[in-house]
Amino acid sequence: MGHPYIPNTREIREQMLDEIGVASIDELFADIPEKIRLRRELKLPRQMSELEVKRHVQAMQAKNKPFTKMLSFLGGGVWPHHIPPHVQSLVQRSEFLTSYTPYQAEVSQGMLQALFEYQSVVCELTGMDVANASMYDWATAIGEAVLMCARVTGRKKVLVPELISPERFAVLQNYASGPGLELVKLGFDWSTGQLDMSQLRAELGQDVACVYIENPSYLGFLETHVEEIADAAHHAGALFTVGVNPISLGMLKAPGDYGADIVVGEGQPLGSPVSFGGPTLGIFACRDDQKLVRQIPGRLIGMTATLDGKTRGFTMVLQTREQHIRRERATSNICSNEALCAVAAAIYTVSLGSRGLRELAEICAANASYAMKELDAIDGLEAPIFASPHFNEFTLRCTQPKLTIEKLNTKLLKREIQGGKPISREFPEFGETAVLCTTELHTKESIDQLVDAAAEAVGARR
Amino acid sequence: MKFKQASWASDACLEPLVFELSRANRTGYTLPQKKLPEVNIPENLARTKLELPELSEPEIVRHYTRLSQMNYGVDSGFYPLGSCTMKYNPKICEELAALETASCIHPYQDEDTVQGALELMYKLERCLTEIAGVARVCLHPSAGAHGEFLGMLLTRAYHKSRGKESKEVIVPDSAHGTNFASAAMAGFDVIVVPSNSRGRVDIEALRKAVSKKTAALMLTNPNTLGLFEDEILEIAEAVHKVGGLLYYDGANLNGILGKTRPGDMGFDIVHFNLHKTFSTPHGGGGPGSGPIGVSRKLEKFLPVPVIEYNKKRRRYYLDYNRPQSVGKIKAFYGNFGVLVKAYAYILLMGANGLQEITEAAVLNANYITRKLQGVEGYELKFDASGPCKHEVVFSVEPMKKNYGVKAHFIAKRLLDFGVHAPTYYFPPIVPEALMIEPTETETKEELDRFIAAMKEIAEEAKSHPDKLLAAPTATAIGRLDEAKASREPILSWRMYRKLPSKI
Repeated sequence: MGHPYIPNTREIREQMLDEIGVASIDELFADIPEKIRLRRELKLPRQMSELEVKRHVQAMQAKNKPFTKMLSFLGGGVWPHHIPPHVQSLVQRSEFLTSYTPYQAEVSQGMLQALFEYQSVVCELTGMDVANASMYDWATAIGEAVLMCARVTGRKKVLVPELISPERFAVLQNYASGPGLELVKLGFDWSTGQLDMSQLRAELGQDVACVYIENPSYLGFLETHVEEIADAAHHAGALFTVGVNPISLGMLKAPGDYGADIVVGEGQPLGSPVSFGGPTLGIFACRDDQKLVRQIPGRLIGMTATLDGKTRGFTMVLQTREQHIRRERATSNICSNEALCAVAAAIYTVSLGSRGLRELAEICAANASYAMKELDAIDGLEAPIFASPHFNEFTLRCTQPKLTIEKLNTKLLKREIQGGKPISREFPEFGETAVLCTTELHTKESIDQLVDAAAEAVGARR
Repeated sequence: MKFKQASWASDACLEPLVFELSRANRTGYTLPQKKLPEVNIPENLARTKLELPELSEPEIVRHYTRLSQMNYGVDSGFYPLGSCTMKYNPKICEELAALETASCIHPYQDEDTVQGALELMYKLERCLTEIAGVARVCLHPSAGAHGEFLGMLLTRAYHKSRGKESKEVIVPDSAHGTNFASAAMAGFDVIVVPSNSRGRVDIEALRKAVSKKTAALMLTNPNTLGLFEDEILEIAEAVHKVGGLLYYDGANLNGILGKTRPGDMGFDIVHFNLHKTFSTPHGGGGPGSGPIGVSRKLEKFLPVPVIEYNKKRRRYYLDYNRPQSVGKIKAFYGNFGVLVKAYAYILLMGANGLQEITEAAVLNANYITRKLQGVEGYELKFDASGPCKHEVVFSVEPMKKNYGVKAHFIAKRLLDFGVHAPTYYFPPIVPEALMIEPTETETKEELDRFIAAMKEIAEEAKSHPDKLLAAPTATAIGRLDEAKASREPILSWRMYRKLPSKI
């Protein structure tokens, strides 16, 4: 019998061996030293038929409770949104799905143009001129941005907000460790969460490579003194890097329009499923400045013409920055990236268009605003903990002394509601607090359900 | 076989850019009605201008369908791109990764509501642990190079825990470019060791290169010439003797599945490319997945969280309590969607199937080798008599000398035969290199067609070199001005719009 994915049957393989004068298949492995040859079968689960595998994986995954089958208020780095079916059906087209990196431009125009369109969409959203064809995720994009800032400025100090996502900060620490960059956390105003401007100015010397902020922040509020931060950074000769949730850019000013030199972010909400946190899509964009563009990490797709100059086409450009040519002097080690998620992001974003993205952002923000107002009205709960404008995420503090945020979540879960992400371990100074997220998946009614369940959990009458 | 790629073209371009297709007020999306009051954003943060294209759904579908038709994947035809293991990707794996129960779960959900996801990752880890002969696997890295970076962080943590400041990572001259870059990114100095006349690591040169400063040797085995490093035990001994670690670049794992294991060869750290060996699609460059396997002594340094199983409670959980962990290299726990596909693939194959993959892949590579060996123009620079593993590297130096035909001309001409080009000019130790990896999923008939095409091209080099210089002609577009593209880069619609003269 043949094998479904190995088309050459045993008979054909015998014939091939014969044709090339090899006595047996073992002869082709004779170069593996005796001592290290595996003399037994690998101990793996038994081989299964396609149907068995399907049932097995389905049954295993049925132990998960998808957020589509309950009410969930989780965000915090990946965010659930409705994905129009045509987005996934287009990226599943096997000419895209089963292609490798478009090294052969002539036979890969489709992927190259789609990625050029992704880069273009990212530039429109962020107000930058140049975007790469993707990084792994937001966290690694910050890491790469900080390394780039250090190369461009020749400096080693990096300023980040204390309220940066702790997971992203943990990744940044590892990326910054190679060249020994110094990461300094900047404090915040306790009532508003806003970056401490006086500390920023105090730390901003001639040794600072990069000032990084997140807008919206990890805790959901908007950083409002963005022009001042940009001016201060630039005055000291540092580069200003902003991290974003791209959906927010439907209603928020492009970071390029308030002075950002580099914009990073998480592109997953643009057309990729949450999928337990991966694959994700690292957004990376910068200004059209030769000093920056020469140092950008990752793949870049550029427009050009055929050699006869007659037809427009697309190709990978500035490859001399990359590892396969520059080796240890490359701007990054990245090779495989998240190209297909980038194509999904392009398709998703152009499906919405300018008006759609604005409306979507407005719905997400309006839902959060309503949820905050209703939750804050409950005795024993406080939302948000910062008096600042918010986008679609916000903090919820449990002030009822007998109730921890974890216990509140457990009670909500009994009502088929997944509450926010507890941050009491990450930021103990904020007490029993969680970060909640709303998107267009939520309705006024579903938020009311959360509010009712939360009121019951804290024992408040409404 | 005749090949002609689709080419949707208007006057001076192929399919227009999506921005050029935009018409005001078209939309490809519907949203629920707004019922709640709008949120006021401070004026300095409010958006006043956004210029995204506006198209309807049928226009969008047609645009990207046309683009896809101007792209070439494994599903289109033979893709012998060396070191990239472009094998067929079973469709059932896609279906399973897209399950609502797998794709609509959030990484911060209560652990009780994601037991199936944790179980799948735990079991995939166990499979990979056995396949590579290591103690423990971490599924976090998003790609091979990401795994290499993690491997280097683990190397640093290991030496630091032993009070050593080892600063040097040794890499053979035939290694993948990512090895050099990953080591440098983690702050190591890169030392290059040459290959010997047999195309393997020069063991004498290695012995001279190792010292107390050696943190690790990064090695691909089979190496990038497709040759098995048969002195691997001596190599391992030389590195371990000075306290260094051995790092395995798993790009070429397809050549040894079930035959031997990196752990048994003496490797301390191993990365896997699930998007190569374990058949998850490359998606035009990604997403991939590059898990790391480690020996016992490195386990405690692995990133958090680690997935554990509580037997008594029959419950999987995420363990963050790992004081010696290197921390994190990615938000969350890995490219889960890719992991589902790889797990399904391993079950579909089983132990015997995995070994059969390697046997068929290696046979296919040797079949091409022997059939092209002796054809005028194609030359093997190293160890021409022994078997290769999953891939073979030919040099077309004779063709360049005699007829001025370089490797990339042959690669471009192959496109006209409906075959994707092999990797070329790599590894750099082979002049005019063509690196060919057929994988196990090709038929003998396809290999014969490829061999015939290669012979025909060798003939053309002699008789009609002009044909080679003009190639490709069967593709959506002809040869592009790549030099201009990098000299005056146009990287977005915004940059293009600002140009005084358009392309």
